[in-house]
Amino acid sequence: MARLTLKNIGKSFGETEVLTDISLDVEDGEFLSLVGQSGCGKSTLLRIIAGLEAPSRGEILLDGQAVTELAPKQRNIAMVFQDYALYPHMSVAENMAMPLLMSRLPMHARLPLVRHVAPAARHAKPGIVAQVETVAKQLRIDHLLARRPGQLSGGQRQRVALGRALVRNPGLFLMDEPLSNLDAKLRVEVRREISELHASSGLTFVYVTHDQTEAMTMSDRVALMQGGEVLQVAAPNTLYGAPVSVDVARFIGAPQINILPVQSRPDGLYLGDTFLHMKIACEVSDLQIGVRPEALSVRGGSGLAPQPLHSGAIILPFQKYMIEDLGPEILIHGCFEAEPEIEIRIRAQKSTDYGHARQLAASKRLSVAIDPTQLMVFNAQGLRLELPALMTRNMSEVAL
Amino acid sequence: MSLITKKRAQARLAYMLVLPAVLLIFGIYVLPIITVFGISFTDYSLVSNYFEFIGLGNYRQMLTDEAFGNALRNTLIYAGLFLPSSFFISLFLAIAIQERKQFRSILEVLYFLPVTSTLAAMALVWAALMDSNQGVINLWAGAIGLGPFNWLGSETMVLLSMALISLWSVIGFNMVLFLAGLTAIPANLYEAAAIDGADHPVDKFFRVTWPMLGPTSMFVAVTSSITAFKLFDTVAILTQGGPNRSSEVFLYLTFLEGFEYFNMGYSAALSLVFLGIIFLFALVQALFVDRNVQY
Amino acid sequence: MSSINLTLRSFAPRSVWSLIGTLFLFLGAWVMVFPFIWMVSSSLKPTDEVYDADFSIIPRTFKGFENYYEVLFNQPYLTYLMNSFLVCGGILIVQLITAVPAAYALAKLKFRGSSILFGTVIAALTIPINVTSIPIYVGLAKTGLLDTYLAMMLPFFISVFAIFLFRQFFRSFPDSVIDAARVDGFSEMEIILRLILPSAVPAIAAFSVFSFVAHWNDLYWPLIVVTSQDKMTATLSMMQYQSDFDTDYGRTFASATVVTAPMVIAFLFARRLFIRGITMTGVKG
Repeated sequence: MARLTLKNIGKSFGETEVLTDISLDVEDGEFLSLVGQSGCGKSTLLRIIAGLEAPSRGEILLDGQAVTELAPKQRNIAMVFQDYALYPHMSVAENMAMPLLMSRLPMHARLPLVRHVAPAARHAKPGIVAQVETVAKQLRIDHLLARRPGQLSGGQRQRVALGRALVRNPGLFLMDEPLSNLDAKLRVEVRREISELHASSGLTFVYVTHDQTEAMTMSDRVALMQGGEVLQVAAPNTLYGAPVSVDVARFIGAPQINILPVQSRPDGLYLGDTFLHMKIACEVSDLQIGVRPEALSVRGGSGLAPQPLHSGAIILPFQKYMIEDLGPEILIHGCFEAEPEIEIRIRAQKSTDYGHARQLAASKRLSVAIDPTQLMVFNAQGLRLELPALMTRNMSEVAL
Repeated sequence: MSLITKKRAQARLAYMLVLPAVLLIFGIYVLPIITVFGISFTDYSLVSNYFEFIGLGNYRQMLTDEAFGNALRNTLIYAGLFLPSSFFISLFLAIAIQERKQFRSILEVLYFLPVTSTLAAMALVWAALMDSNQGVINLWAGAIGLGPFNWLGSETMVLLSMALISLWSVIGFNMVLFLAGLTAIPANLYEAAAIDGADHPVDKFFRVTWPMLGPTSMFVAVTSSITAFKLFDTVAILTQGGPNRSSEVFLYLTFLEGFEYFNMGYSAALSLVFLGIIFLFALVQALFVDRNVQY
Repeated sequence: MSSINLTLRSFAPRSVWSLIGTLFLFLGAWVMVFPFIWMVSSSLKPTDEVYDADFSIIPRTFKGFENYYEVLFNQPYLTYLMNSFLVCGGILIVQLITAVPAAYALAKLKFRGSSILFGTVIAALTIPINVTSIPIYVGLAKTGLLDTYLAMMLPFFISVFAIFLFRQFFRSFPDSVIDAARVDGFSEMEIILRLILPSAVPAIAAFSVFSFVAHWNDLYWPLIVVTSQDKMTATLSMMQYQSDFDTDYGRTFASATVVTAPMVIAFLFARRLFIRGITMTGVKG
């Protein structure tokens, strides 16, 4: 159990700045994910938390104590590496016993020949063996204790790595992309197990991944990183529904959110030359609107001029390139005729919109409805504005 | 083409490709080995065409031959001096260089230089350096109050001097091998060990470095052992077995018997004993490596 | 921060112990290199200076030109060097021609007797020239071929080490590429010549360096088969100093330099090849 506080952490390698002014608070027992694309600095940050790298600037506090100067073994942390880093020449049991041996035996009792006879070693041994077996049973690898890592499957090796980390009862549990070496099916399974582990142990987890699905499903909070900075730290739902910027909105959510550049003119919003029958109360004229693929719905027909509907949605003509049938839903790729440069993705649930199957299959041109209540508004620099988009109808504004 | 004719065509091609090698292996290895066996049971001497089979006579002679016992003893003493130091010194050198990556290139070159040099030529240099009256080594030793040492002229010191020269010429080789082995150890093993609490150099060495170097260590140990038994060049150039046969090592004796005294039969027997010893070392490596290499 | 600053910083020691360690490392390197320096320095000196109690690296009287001229032109060192080149080159060429095809066949083709052949190769790996020298010598003596270039090269024509090394290398060549080539209509010979050989160039280069140096430095076999001076190799010529027959020490070390310089210079230029050749044999075990 531990509270982690990062204060103004910065890291430079020579002239290159890899992390910029990172401040973060992880509560006791929380599961926090560090997400971002390759190169965003998340692994570096994790290694700094572990003590494998020293920050160029800033402080790290564990339970209020400054640990910035401390070596990894003094921080009461455990870490699971991406490729597990198991000792290939030791058995599973010996791998898991290592941290206990290191902490419980004095140096002389750890030397090669001495350790078989030293009294300190012999006293500690039964306790260590018992603890290893308990953790092994918990992870269901107790039948593998005598094997070597080379003889195990990927999933089993993963568990041994987890066991080695658990056996030391750490305050902080660090994981560096632990699922990336597993195949898809195994990944889902292990994801669930890690979540269960977190729930049952109550330990504080810091989890690094580039896969936003993992982050969104497992975490209490997610810290999205890009270019060495933290863009937003929030609960998954908040990240999804209230992203702080276009970059955050783009990263979270699959398929990716649709971003359209619009212009706010006195009479309303324009997408290129097309009037959208919507108005945003804003002084700036260049804006971006974001609409999630599931917030677009397909109406029938083709070639209709954009027009508001009674239900309060805008219909725009749409050119379809490609359909991906995913089973319960369809992904439609195409573009609005008003803005052919931008690729749009639509997510249509079969039970509702699929009634228009024949049109979808046959016609290239569809009509797509945008619900203005589900729009996100961003300024030209990408920051989200808390402004509603209002429908206009015949020159009068109607709020919905 | 049917599958069978394809297979036959492949086999035919293969036979064509291996033919020259097979002929040479037969003529250079197989035939001579059989012949050596044969000769070792005779008292053949190149100078006369008359020879007769004497069965195990040559081998029995070995047991009573003072020169044989002497040569074996000298070789073992020399190996005892040479092997541990060449192994451990080069290991620690490699570890030290591994931690100073910025100097690795230049240090590798400097330490490896003696390996490529002609030992026979450099032996002359060492003889000059080790000269008991005028050699630079004794000059400098004298300056700090040690010596003078009779490196090559004293019966008790000569094997040590041979070992030092060999050490000089071989350390770079072992060191490069160890460096390659060290580089192959994944960095995150050390990181995991650091997190587990093993960040003291002694712990790191015994828990990660030494076990992971297993195959490399074995290879270095075996090749060094074989090299130790093959000592010849420095003896031939510098001491010719002296003073008083105190530096007459096994291979030199074999050479003398065969090509100076022309006791071919006896020399053949000696060289088979030599082969047996080398075979033993190679066997040890084969067995050990199979059992310990697991990843 | 300027980049010069950064480069300098990377050379800074991390602690006092680290500094001491680095000093020892360089001290050791000095021990490694000193004999060479001494040798070259002596080769430039007149006889009386070589063993001078007042030792200095720079010669007080420069006699370099005379020493080397003597060695190269008045003594047959050019001949010795040429002999060494001829012998090493000849050995290497035959080694490559016989070993590469055999290694490929053992690695990629199926034929009866391949296991026996490979087993023989492995066994032969442990047999040094010293063991087989007697019968080969007798054979050469009986056929009157002693003291010829052929005699000097013969036992080394086949390098089982090369076969072993190249076989390992070829085995790692992806079968899928070969199969694709077969599907594309390549004949077996074409596959060998146009796909396999080009890919093996690094391994062949590394081995060549290794073989050339080893045979350049070989003393045992030339000592046995060479009797006439005009066939002596550079290394063999060092035997004439067994008895201090040449009392001009400067000249002695000039000749030592001439003998050892080619390989050392080659090493300095082809460092990577050398080291790669060594580690290829060692790390895989």
